[in-house]
Amino acid sequence: MTLTIAFRNLFHDRVRLAVTLIGILFSIVLVAVQLGLYLGARRMIISMIDRSDGDLWVMAYATKNFEEAQPINARERYAALATPGVERAVPMITSFADWQKPTGGSTLVVVIGAEAADGGLMPWNVVEGDVSGLGARDAVIVDKTYLQELGIKGVGDTAQIGASRVRVTGLTQGIRSFTVTPYVFTTTNRARALLDMPADKITYVLVKVAPGADVEAVRAAIRSKVPDSEVLTKAEFRDRSLNHWLFATGAGVALLGGAVLGLVVGTVIVAQTLYSSTKDHLSEFATLRALGSSSGYIHRVILAQAGLSAVVGYILGMVIALTIVYLSEATALPIVMSPVLALVLLALTLAMCGVSAVSAIGKVMRIDPVMVFNR
Amino acid sequence: MSLETSTLTQPGILAAGEVMLEAHSIVKELGRGAGKVRALKGVSLQLNAGELTLLMGPSGSGKTTLLSIIGCILTPTEGSLTVAGQSTDGLPPEQLARLRRRHIGFIFQSYNLLETLTAEQNVRVALDVRGERGSQATVRAQRALQKVGLRHKLKSYPSNMSGGEQQRVAVARALVGAPSVMLADEPTAALDSENGLAVMQLLSEIARDKSRAVLAVTHDPRTIPFANRVLRIEDGLIVGEERRAEGIETVHELARNRKRKANA
Repeated sequence: MTLTIAFRNLFHDRVRLAVTLIGILFSIVLVAVQLGLYLGARRMIISMIDRSDGDLWVMAYATKNFEEAQPINARERYAALATPGVERAVPMITSFADWQKPTGGSTLVVVIGAEAADGGLMPWNVVEGDVSGLGARDAVIVDKTYLQELGIKGVGDTAQIGASRVRVTGLTQGIRSFTVTPYVFTTTNRARALLDMPADKITYVLVKVAPGADVEAVRAAIRSKVPDSEVLTKAEFRDRSLNHWLFATGAGVALLGGAVLGLVVGTVIVAQTLYSSTKDHLSEFATLRALGSSSGYIHRVILAQAGLSAVVGYILGMVIALTIVYLSEATALPIVMSPVLALVLLALTLAMCGVSAVSAIGKVMRIDPVMVFNR
Repeated sequence: MSLETSTLTQPGILAAGEVMLEAHSIVKELGRGAGKVRALKGVSLQLNAGELTLLMGPSGSGKTTLLSIIGCILTPTEGSLTVAGQSTDGLPPEQLARLRRRHIGFIFQSYNLLETLTAEQNVRVALDVRGERGSQATVRAQRALQKVGLRHKLKSYPSNMSGGEQQRVAVARALVGAPSVMLADEPTAALDSENGLAVMQLLSEIARDKSRAVLAVTHDPRTIPFANRVLRIEDGLIVGEERRAEGIETVHELARNRKRKANA
């Protein structure tokens, strides 16, 4: 019966219901977009690190993230290889460079040089061409998302990095960077040439620890051999990259702040409409009190009202949020919606409506039941 | 039905049936400081099973305050109240609510039906707050509506019913929980003559149940013929009690008995 009363109270005033639902919708969509962007950003920041087949990363000291790497001596790779417990040590080159568009003008790119034969970081989700095509002269692979940004149309087009010509031999789908700077995959040697990097320099060594070997022990052993470099585990490098981009730059804080703002605005709107609905039905609540209903009974009616608003608002909000997610898939800033995020949003919506109900409950609890005689 | 005469007596002397509610020396002060008003100045009364009692008095005499107190909605400043044998002294609001839902049925001047619920649902609410749910509650609600002649209006909403019908739904709602005491606040005030009389007829029939006392606050003189007893309240005090013919006979019998005892 509490649910029936709540349902009827809610749907009795369609205008107020619409305002409530718009409040919840606004809140859910804003929070979904902000948190979805946050998750998308997170995924982009750590995608290269997660995709790499390395347990340890050897890099220049104080490297803040994957893209902003500094050169280290190439012999660090051999030092690592000579360490007991190391199965593989793969060199990798990563650096920002200028991409000269064939149509004129230039844009910043991140060149990633690695060797497939060594088990280095190779592009994935290749939708046109093949990774093996990187062996061809001037070959690079880029992501479809950035074709316009790079001033090209697809496979076979050429451009220039530094003083060297590059030719697109393959396209990936969905390999996007948090900085919106396109990744350009190529071989180690070609990367070095494009970046004008000396032959004895690389930026990373990806170390694969042998099965059964202790990662920490191997790390300590490598550290002792490469005192000029830093050795991080995959998890540490991922955390460092996330901390830098999301928190040191304030980008993540802004996204999370936006989500909080959405929740606050949603809570205020729902609280306002729920309070006003409760106020309109105050005499009915007073009647229920006069009939002997417990406080809990009244609380249940108001909470059911809030809960119903939350569920209806959530369903409508998710429809809009999923549409936005779908539309963002092909953009440089994809919004991610995961089952966990969907559940988190449901929990947040219910919590938001629950909090909103507090003021309405407070109002009802202050009813003078004598008002039943003065209606 | 007619009220034969007007006899002032001490309130509560003429207990006809089991005492369902007893108020003793009720005082109620409203407001604070200089604005404090003594709305009730020591009211004592009994409501007896099988009786329809009217509480009549001018505006501001304390009728509604008294009704609120004996309905366990307000607590008295002084005095004691016993409902269905249970003292209300010192009971917290939740316990008073429990007492209300178990022993008291209310009928209001403006019916106070929940506009968004059907007649049947409005009656079922009174059971729902008592924790009585399911098909049994539905059957009881339907029976209560049948009792007030509204079997055909089960699914009607208040907005589609006349005032008289709405008040009968309110009577069914008060009745469905089988309360020991039914309290009606101006039950005919918002009704035309015909519907008002129908509702009073209904209340007097309900009052014939020997397990229930009915009190109606009113200043509608048309209701007097339906009453077993009329209490007059003025300025926060019960100033008189009038009984129907059989009640007066009881007074005479009491007087005769007292005289007989004194002579013996």
